[in-house]
Amino acid sequence: MRFIATTSKCLCGLFLLQNTALASVQNIDILYVQQVPEMSAEPLLLKQPADNKTLAGAKLAIEDSNTTGRFLKQHYQLTVVVDDTTNGLIDQLKTALAADDAPGVVLIDVPESAFSAISKVVLNSGALVMNISSRKDALRQSQCTARMLHTVPSRAMLADAMAQYLMSRRWREWFLVTGNSEGDKAFSDAVQRSAKRFGAKIVEQKPWSFDTDLRRVAQKEIPLFTQHDDYDVVVVADEQHVFDKYFPGNTWLPRPIAGSEGLIPTGWHWTLEQWGATQLQNRFYSQFAREMNESDYAAWLAVRAISEAVTRTKSTASEVLYDYLLSDSFELAAFKGRKLSFRAWNGQLRQPIPLVHPNGLTALLPLEGYMHPVTDLDTLGYDKPEVRCNMAK
Amino acid sequence: MNLFNVNRFVKLTMSTLLALPLTVLAETAYVSNEKSDTLTIIDTDSLEVTNTVDVGMRPRGIIFSQDYKYLYICASESDAVQVMDVATNRILHNLPSGEDPEQFALHPNNRHLYIANEDSAVVTVVDTESRTVIAQIDVGIEPEGMAVSPDGKWVINTSETTNMLHWIDTSTHELVDNTLVDQRPRHVEFSKDGSLVWASAEIGGTVAIVDTTTRQINHTIRFKIPGVHRDKIQPVGIKLTDDGKYAFIALGPANHVAVVDAKTYEVLDYLLVGRRVWQLAFADNQTKLLTTNGVSGDVSVIDVNKLKVVKTIKAGRYPWGVVVKP
Repeated sequence: MRFIATTSKCLCGLFLLQNTALASVQNIDILYVQQVPEMSAEPLLLKQPADNKTLAGAKLAIEDSNTTGRFLKQHYQLTVVVDDTTNGLIDQLKTALAADDAPGVVLIDVPESAFSAISKVVLNSGALVMNISSRKDALRQSQCTARMLHTVPSRAMLADAMAQYLMSRRWREWFLVTGNSEGDKAFSDAVQRSAKRFGAKIVEQKPWSFDTDLRRVAQKEIPLFTQHDDYDVVVVADEQHVFDKYFPGNTWLPRPIAGSEGLIPTGWHWTLEQWGATQLQNRFYSQFAREMNESDYAAWLAVRAISEAVTRTKSTASEVLYDYLLSDSFELAAFKGRKLSFRAWNGQLRQPIPLVHPNGLTALLPLEGYMHPVTDLDTLGYDKPEVRCNMAK
Repeated sequence: MNLFNVNRFVKLTMSTLLALPLTVLAETAYVSNEKSDTLTIIDTDSLEVTNTVDVGMRPRGIIFSQDYKYLYICASESDAVQVMDVATNRILHNLPSGEDPEQFALHPNNRHLYIANEDSAVVTVVDTESRTVIAQIDVGIEPEGMAVSPDGKWVINTSETTNMLHWIDTSTHELVDNTLVDQRPRHVEFSKDGSLVWASAEIGGTVAIVDTTTRQINHTIRFKIPGVHRDKIQPVGIKLTDDGKYAFIALGPANHVAVVDAKTYEVLDYLLVGRRVWQLAFADNQTKLLTTNGVSGDVSVIDVNKLKVVKTIKAGRYPWGVVVKP
């Protein structure tokens, strides 16, 4: 409900105000590069991912930043570069970065296998990399580098969040099922690391290698597959969701499912409504007519972090922004109940992790009681002593 | 404890004698319960709940007309500001409020309501007599806190995601300046003489003292409570005593109210109240301070002279705002 007549009058006032100002408008160009991911491995995908997945989050954040920017004479703009192939994307990216007024910040939304190649091009150009797509732990542990920031949580953060919750319920004995993809194996590794970290025991570990169409035989296959003396929970690592959805209610023992299905650790979920999150969810829904997901949120965070740095430093130079983002002064309100900041030793945005089920929030991690000498947010993911990276510029 | 015994005694004595000037006459507190869509009405002398009234959906900000005849209620989910007849506790009518009204402030002219529309980034100005919208002013994202200066010249709105105080000139209804503050500004409160503005930043964990003339930050108050992680110290509601002595600041999930020296800005004490303490209101000639505690669903009562929490009163689900009628 808007009252058109009065609003337009007010906008006139605002326009006048801007015209009389002496300072010129600061333009902030952000480049968004996207490689359209390969099709899901699932035989019949009933629920297609949205066409504007991830990108929608960046667009909303650009709009949010422009609302703020108009009071500060800042204008944010998103340039989108899309290609189906990594090589094609690299060519386009090189052209875009070679321009005189090339953007100083690049959001990378590509399949994990293409991430290194794409980010290298950006880093070589001197621009700042915002990783909004890759959860790869190595990028936060051994391959982190200066001028590369991650707003998407790593697999280690997600697995640690899940582990904290399972341990708080005293579900110590885990039955781990791992899918075939690289991502599945990587998440399974992260789960095993978390088990060791938080004192859980993996009592059984099985790869998933079935290639039958489970829609017909889930009832017969899953109970047998999960037959074991005892376990407290079944943890599934199936990032493409090929088989994990058939586990709830089908296990040999009546046990909860966690991981990629059941109790899911994620960066964001449509059911978050506390801490003002309703406003962000409403803004997103009214613009894109769908729920905001974790990819959208990672992109939203990346743009908001940049615009917060521009607002506070009054600079658009990527060097200045990067230094500010990694400093103690940077803090970002992001609807998770506390301020977010970057880990200076690996460029990861520290953030609470929601543990959700399809229609609600089960817990927000870290849980009270998990102590850390600096901040309990650093109980999730690779901590400073575990990281071997040269972050010098 | 003693205080109430004394009060009860005095009340008893009064009712017996019937003729004394009524210096300790009970006031009435109205608490909006965000998740039970009700108001809890509390007698501030007995500190008992006397009534619970059904109102619109998700009531948050509440405010009295200057004569205390009407109570204005931001019914956020109903997209309306409701007008309640205080004598009968009945809703008389709704005012056009714009979308999702959360907080508002009443101009000293007792007529113009300035409403923050959280979902649509505007401040709506409503004439409570003609029941019409007389202006809408574009502000930052998620407008929240609202205050009118005592002289009626300025209206300040805070925007939670833009992180600013927006200064609106009430004579033109135009936005004329912005003050950048820390993350997620929630609430603004003018000092009694109007020279200073206290603005809380929930996620920033600070309260900024802003000079009304320069519209620049004079001072920033920070908080530190032993055993509470600094991220959980999230200032929201602010109340200043008329004698200029204290500022009380609700610290949200830190479950404490900070007592601040209003002259030196030194934090004097932290008082433990209920969970997620949100808004504050004085009662009984500023001898009591009531706090709404969202998560624990209650109201804490602070003795302002002793700086002690003296009672907890059960309210509805997620108590949000509180106002007191003499």
